[in-house]
Amino acid sequence: MKHIIVVGNGMVGYKFCEKLVAQEESKDFKITVFGEEPRPAYDRVHLSEYFENQDAKALEMAPAEWYADNNVDLITGERVADINRSSKTITTAKDREFSYDYLVLATGSVPFVPPIKGVEKEGVFVYRTIEDLEGMLDYAAKIKAEKPNGRAAVLGGGLLGLEAGKAVLDMGLEPHIVEFAPKLMPRQLDSRSSQVLKLKLESIGLNIHLSKATNQILGNGSIVGMEFGEDDRLDVDMLIISAGIRPRDELARACGLEVGVRGGVVVDNTMKTSDDSIYAIGEIALYNQMIYGLVAPGYDMAEIAVKQIIGEIDTAMPADIDMSTKLKLIGVDVASFGEPFMPADKGHSIIFENKTQHLYKRINVSHDGKKLLGGILVGDAADYSMLHQVYLNGMKIPEDPSQLILPASDGGAVLGDVMDLPDEAQICSCESVTKGQICGVIESGEAKEVGDVVSCTKAGTGCGGCKPMVADLTNATLKSLGIEVKDTICEHFDYNRQELYDIIQVKGYRTFNEVIDNHGNGCGCEICKPVVASLMATIHADTANKEYAIQDSNDRFLANIQRNGTYSIVPRVPGGEITPDKLIALGEIAKKYDLYTKITGGVRIDLFGATLNQLPLVWKELISHGFESGHAYGKSLRTVKTCVGSTWCRYGMDESVSFGIELENRYRGIRAPHKIKGGVSGCIRECAEARGKDFGLIAVEGGWNLYVGGNGGANPRHAELFAEQIDNETVIKYLDRYLMFYMRTAKPLQRTAAWQEKIEGGLDYLKEVIIEDSIGIAEDLENEMQTLVNKFECEWTQAVNNPEMMKRFNHFVNSEEEDDNLVFVPMREQKMPEPWV
Amino acid sequence: MVEILEKYSATKLEDVKVWFKAASVADFPTDGGACVKYKDKQIAVFNFARLDKWYACQNLCPHKMEMVLSRGMIGDDKGAPKVACPLHKKTFSLENGENLNGDLDAIATYPVKVEDGLVYIGFKE
Repeated sequence: MKHIIVVGNGMVGYKFCEKLVAQEESKDFKITVFGEEPRPAYDRVHLSEYFENQDAKALEMAPAEWYADNNVDLITGERVADINRSSKTITTAKDREFSYDYLVLATGSVPFVPPIKGVEKEGVFVYRTIEDLEGMLDYAAKIKAEKPNGRAAVLGGGLLGLEAGKAVLDMGLEPHIVEFAPKLMPRQLDSRSSQVLKLKLESIGLNIHLSKATNQILGNGSIVGMEFGEDDRLDVDMLIISAGIRPRDELARACGLEVGVRGGVVVDNTMKTSDDSIYAIGEIALYNQMIYGLVAPGYDMAEIAVKQIIGEIDTAMPADIDMSTKLKLIGVDVASFGEPFMPADKGHSIIFENKTQHLYKRINVSHDGKKLLGGILVGDAADYSMLHQVYLNGMKIPEDPSQLILPASDGGAVLGDVMDLPDEAQICSCESVTKGQICGVIESGEAKEVGDVVSCTKAGTGCGGCKPMVADLTNATLKSLGIEVKDTICEHFDYNRQELYDIIQVKGYRTFNEVIDNHGNGCGCEICKPVVASLMATIHADTANKEYAIQDSNDRFLANIQRNGTYSIVPRVPGGEITPDKLIALGEIAKKYDLYTKITGGVRIDLFGATLNQLPLVWKELISHGFESGHAYGKSLRTVKTCVGSTWCRYGMDESVSFGIELENRYRGIRAPHKIKGGVSGCIRECAEARGKDFGLIAVEGGWNLYVGGNGGANPRHAELFAEQIDNETVIKYLDRYLMFYMRTAKPLQRTAAWQEKIEGGLDYLKEVIIEDSIGIAEDLENEMQTLVNKFECEWTQAVNNPEMMKRFNHFVNSEEEDDNLVFVPMREQKMPEPWV
Repeated sequence: MVEILEKYSATKLEDVKVWFKAASVADFPTDGGACVKYKDKQIAVFNFARLDKWYACQNLCPHKMEMVLSRGMIGDDKGAPKVACPLHKKTFSLENGENLNGDLDAIATYPVKVEDGLVYIGFKE
């Protein structure tokens, strides 16, 4: 059995192992991998995500068990220190010796640190490993504890530097990007697109300094600033260096392998170095006098090395390597493909630029106008996948090539259909998956939806840029096979939510059983029951007390279930306005029942830790003090957050609190496909954060600006401007229509933002329906909403006054005792549930 | 934590030594559940009216060891009756206790009989 030693357990080193063990011949080889870092290989491309969740596991290429399961001997935390080519052995830093038949160098690169005076100061970091990020996070926390407006600079405005800029933003420091060249991303963008990107990044808070050569780093011990020239300095508390990479070729140099003048181990098109037993792949390999700093060519090199070692000696790396990339930088699409900057002797460029919307699109076409040679997209890269395919496959382009990037006037697709691509078109360049393979797994029945396609082919698991195209291909293939892609609720109903809405409304059904007996099958489940419950509430204004066994976990007991099965209680405090007496009442009730008390994210007061038996007792007291249900447990209106407005604030333009209370009281209790939040700000300073809500109002000269479709959550979205300078009455009219239309047509658990984005025709269509009444339903929508408003009843008042409804608030049906499994532990003068093991 | 789990073991009809009188039929919601206390055990009992059947299982969800299953929603998975935990929607077969959407250990189920409007649960002891 032959022994392969892989030096380096980064993305490419891992990919080599993955591709090797997938081969039948791998049983003839023993594989040992050395990684210098303490953890197994992780996804460096998405490193900045670590700042969002600090979950190193989520970035792993494969869990540690994978290596053992596949007979790969993984040795982490042990660096290979020396290669002895004549004896074919390596020695590690722990002085252990291993012999090899094949050696694969995948040591990658290190960040290049320019020789600037003072780079050794504390607070100067490089951006490469999880340990680097942890160091930055600790240091940033220290800065923030010492001063409120800490600043961090990134040296280098390339792709990775801008990623690091996002990391700084996420760390809560003021970000500055310092670039030596006169443009951002000099390797991918031309001057004009760089200018557009700069404007966009500045609009979201990045400070960008171009054409700056850093002379020295200032500070006594730790960094306090950067000096560019005389009298030209920037005060910063932290610096992240992202000024390019240098291949880690020291091992290769020491053992006499051929290396390039500026570093990198020279390889031929079979990935062999100057020693036949030694291969080099990834960022250490110098191929065609180039180091390729992208993951896709690295994976291709891994593939070639595997094939060579198992004896398929005809496979070789192509001479031209596609360096196209698409990425989302701090929410901004940037893509470049083929030949982005084209010399005039090769062809013509067509450029579309709109600085007001931070858009730039450029394509380069051959002189005869028949071939697409490359291009750049900034601000909107939705067409990247298709343009990239057209370029790669030399596909025909329209007679007027400008149609490829100009906004289509008739809405028709100029790019043609994904199904027109040739079978060999490479869709996922990271994993080398072709269109033929994707369609193949669907046609063979192996995959039935996008998720299956991804797990069968690995397409989309690298940079993820091809995911939209994989989804399009999947849907188109399913359609071509006559398989209908239908968004039915669950196995019990062959209808979507909107169809069920119409059925219940037309037939006038009042119970779940009527609906499922007549239009479904089986007994229902935890998906369809709450959907029907929500529809009954929207159509008939039924409260959650009526058919409580079909309500979701929280609605069923009119409270929010918490970790240990106890509940939290949120009374309504409309607009956040509360009298001292009511505040005292809340405090006293919380004290009496020993409830953990906290202000919620929606600035209400939440009382945690009530048992099932306590819920009605607490509520009786709350009701006697004039409180009512806050519906924090429902897919319904939560709060309308307000700033203090013109009654007190010296800047206020209108009474945001009064209007917020009116709106909250109007829409309280209505059930919707998902929760709804509102906000009202008295002026443009927007203290109520209204644009982060499903509906938001901002007072301006001459009325309110109405925004719709915003949310926080996993995918934060700003609400979009819907109408300007409208009066209170018009706001209510539009909101009645908007919310009712949403409640009628959205999918289950779809927030307004996603609904608005997916609805055919988008926001313009919504404006037509709601403002211009283009389909003649505005009056119906208003009437339906008014009926719901008129029928409002506090569910808790209803429940505590009805003994039959109260029966469910007992932990045991045969005992007055409480759950004896509950354990609380103290925390900051209050209590919390004992943590889960 | 593990010792709580050990209190519950699946009981077959032929193993029943004690029929415990829990409560009257009217005390349980239609197509829903409630919790019964028997010695130091908590048992979730479901009136599956759509199938005209009754089911009982441990109230303890093995996922996070909380006493919550009686508050879960019932339904069917391709015809097999199930309950979904209210905390994270882990689903378990009411027939044999198997975790239907994951790899959790099966929960213990118990026989139920209804006589003269009263609900009885069967135990080994």
